[in-house]
Amino acid sequence: MSYLFTTADEQQQMLQRIGVDSLQTLLDQIPAELQLKQPLDLPRALTELELEQHLRELSTRNASASSRACFMGGGAYDHFIPSVVDEITSRGEFYTAYTPYQAEASQGTLQAFFEFQSMIAELSGLDVANASLYDGGSGAAEAVLMAIRCTGRLGRVVVVGSTNPEYVHTLQTYLVNKSTELVVVPTPDGTVNLADLEAVINDQTACILVQHPNFFGCLEDVASIGKLAHQHGALLVQSFDPLSVGLLKRPGELGADIAVAEGQSLGTPLQFGGPYLGILTCRQQFVRKMPGRLIGQTVDRQGRRCFFLNLQAREQHIRREGATSNICTNQGLMALRATVYLSLLGPLGLKEVAELSCRKAHYAADRLCQVEGCERMFAGPFFKEFVLKYSLGADVAIRKAAAAGIDIGPALSRLPAMEGVSEADRDQCLLVAVTESRTKAEIDRLVTALS
Amino acid sequence: MRNRQATQLLSELSHGGRRAAVFPPSDVPEWPIEDLLPSEALAAAPPALPELAEPDVVRHFVNLSTLNMSVDTHFYPLGSCTMKYNPKRHERLSRLPGIVDVHPHQTATNIQGLLELLYEMQQMLAEISGLPGVSLQPAAGAHGELTALYVAAAYFRAKGEHRTKVIFPASAHGTNPASAAMAGFECVELKETADGFVDLEQLKQHVDDQTAVFMITNPNTLGLFERDIPEIARIVHAAGGLVYIDGANMNAIMGITRPGDFGGDMMHYNVHKTFTGPHGAGGPGSGPICVRDFLAEYLPGPVIRVRPGDDRRFELVTPAHSIGRVRSFFGNVGILVRGYCYLRTLGAAGVRAAAEHAILNANYLKELLSDVLPSAHGEHCLHEFVASAERLAKERGINAMDIAKRLLDYGFHPPTVYFPLVVPHAMMFEPTETESKATLDAFSDAVHQIVQEEAETLRSAPLTLSVSRPEEVNATRKPVLTWTACTKD
Repeated sequence: MSYLFTTADEQQQMLQRIGVDSLQTLLDQIPAELQLKQPLDLPRALTELELEQHLRELSTRNASASSRACFMGGGAYDHFIPSVVDEITSRGEFYTAYTPYQAEASQGTLQAFFEFQSMIAELSGLDVANASLYDGGSGAAEAVLMAIRCTGRLGRVVVVGSTNPEYVHTLQTYLVNKSTELVVVPTPDGTVNLADLEAVINDQTACILVQHPNFFGCLEDVASIGKLAHQHGALLVQSFDPLSVGLLKRPGELGADIAVAEGQSLGTPLQFGGPYLGILTCRQQFVRKMPGRLIGQTVDRQGRRCFFLNLQAREQHIRREGATSNICTNQGLMALRATVYLSLLGPLGLKEVAELSCRKAHYAADRLCQVEGCERMFAGPFFKEFVLKYSLGADVAIRKAAAAGIDIGPALSRLPAMEGVSEADRDQCLLVAVTESRTKAEIDRLVTALS
Repeated sequence: MRNRQATQLLSELSHGGRRAAVFPPSDVPEWPIEDLLPSEALAAAPPALPELAEPDVVRHFVNLSTLNMSVDTHFYPLGSCTMKYNPKRHERLSRLPGIVDVHPHQTATNIQGLLELLYEMQQMLAEISGLPGVSLQPAAGAHGELTALYVAAAYFRAKGEHRTKVIFPASAHGTNPASAAMAGFECVELKETADGFVDLEQLKQHVDDQTAVFMITNPNTLGLFERDIPEIARIVHAAGGLVYIDGANMNAIMGITRPGDFGGDMMHYNVHKTFTGPHGAGGPGSGPICVRDFLAEYLPGPVIRVRPGDDRRFELVTPAHSIGRVRSFFGNVGILVRGYCYLRTLGAAGVRAAAEHAILNANYLKELLSDVLPSAHGEHCLHEFVASAERLAKERGINAMDIAKRLLDYGFHPPTVYFPLVVPHAMMFEPTETESKATLDAFSDAVHQIVQEEAETLRSAPLTLSVSRPEEVNATRKPVLTWTACTKD
């Protein structure tokens, strides 16, 4: 079944109009020796009923956060998603449209993305946001490339070692065929030591990339890191948790010039890692160096307010190899999800989510640290996530929790090695994240499971 | 009957003290936040988001949605974008709890169903492309191009060769040169022959031991199959380079011919186009890549394989000389699941039939429009064709954009205009296989009526939509990109 809507006699009429006697004649454009001689080897076609049965069977073989208690972190979180988010983004008028090149036919999408940019800029405390990138990891890499463009410094990029290791790996890939040196500063105490950063930053450094709250959940001294960067003429790029700013100072207040984030927590489900939402914001002066689409407000011929794709001269379809990025298709529907989510939460809802997550995480850490063999790996303040060190080993902790219907982790040993974390610690350490969705009863059950 | 009140900006609809989402009171001890976090880290107040009630939010976005054209509501023959019907079954199935509520760090043992699905997707993509190595990681087509170019760079580095050039024809999508530049290569653009194909003589002049990759879209952006592709590949391979196939136009050839069989070494798919993703108002997409066996060891990780010695168990592994990651986590799984559902619905015969009917529909529409919007290239086309409004522009002062804008009044989404750059006054139509003859006839009737209208009418189109021709020059000079920027003015 191929979703075709022409009958056999219509096909004949169409072929006649084209002036050929068969479909095969149209295929003659492809040299015969290149055409497949036999059908593809694909599984047999399924009806809708069979497909549904098949997918349901596959689905039941996966543990799902909806039937378990998810305390997993490391860059994706089980925050609650109000039903309005799904209702709105299930509208075909949104999800079956494409890039709003024809402004008049896309005012719904364009206005929603303008509102997205406005709210995301507000969350970051910076002036402008683009209309999305792929995700937090590629977004961080794009931000660093942008910092190189803004400063004209190709020599060095300094990354604080407590940044999500998958983001650092992505950045490494993006820089490998270029002359820029990537220096990762280890963070054995959970956060970076300013003197260690000072030792590696030089006048050819384009930026310092710091994540706050960092991958271990800990709070970095971003303001001081920003001052250091600016003293050397470098930019500060901060990767942040967009829900954390319900409580914490925003990147703009901390001195960030560019902020990036994984926006999954803003109303996008976990779905094994994607599609998620890359967020990138910056100060006004860098707007023409930004990657990705930007929606602008303007007026039409009758003076009516409307929206369109602005500053397209930065983009690949106009500037080609001179573009600020190769990105074309972005994460539009996830940006719409975030827009709906944030308009449902408002400032108070955002604060409540941040406070509840923070309080519950601290309750969980407090209770777990009373269990024999359990301690927090790093003592400093944290937001909603922390590194738990379990003397019997991280894998044992994960298994024990799983048996009680609870998922924790990831174990640090599952992730790329991070400088400054020893092998022994890696084997014993795992992340525990607590969102507003977790209950005291679930936390207590986790504590019991590990006791 | 536009609801002007509901479609104001959210910032204008906001009213202090209103709210939609309310969370339960804390069930853990209410320790003061100041005791948990250092005071210097705390914000004075949360961000100034709009304050709205739930019905405000619903009415706002539902009304906004009605200002869009979409595949569900309109014929959308946007060339190069494959705007085919998006089956509704995919939406329900991709939201099953064992798919949508799976954390990306869950261990392989408790996601075997999902890994099986993704493994089978790898296998199907390999079969359709004729290229055995698959990475599902790239988030979109352009991301796939970039990933493949990193793979090529790693391959040459491992061979001890320093190759700096990426070559592509002038009709290439803008993403090709942009990806090449981003991956650290120098770009070389080839002019087409008068017939719209790669010029072999030029290719020979430019291909040398500095050539890393030749990127080609086949069928090309004129909707024509590059018949010389085996010879093109031979030239590139003889110089030690690799051939990259931009898979944007796979809807024309799936099940009929395979990139791996006509000389391609690497390619990407656009799952949101060919396998009906859907397009999501500009994304998310999914841009998996397929490569020849000798390139598979450089693919980004993780990839899924069958655990050795146990053909019912799947595991995530990183290839031996992987380029590393190109993003966080596994890939745009939600879109891959939809693509999987599509391929399982079509099967081998269905995949081929879809391509054949995409070709039939494109040729039929091309023929219907040929008297007013002729195509300079090729007697027939594959899944899309590029017509030119040059004659109308010269004779009547009607340009391609005017026709495009007037089509909106007739209830049709316009084709892609002014691309590819190699055709003057280009209008690129891709009707896809999921449109009926009746729709194509109606669309053709509309175009024929439009070209009879006064040029002045067309220049003021659209006349019936909520807005018409946004002012761009001043708006580009002084961009307003957020609502704060509006109030500042």
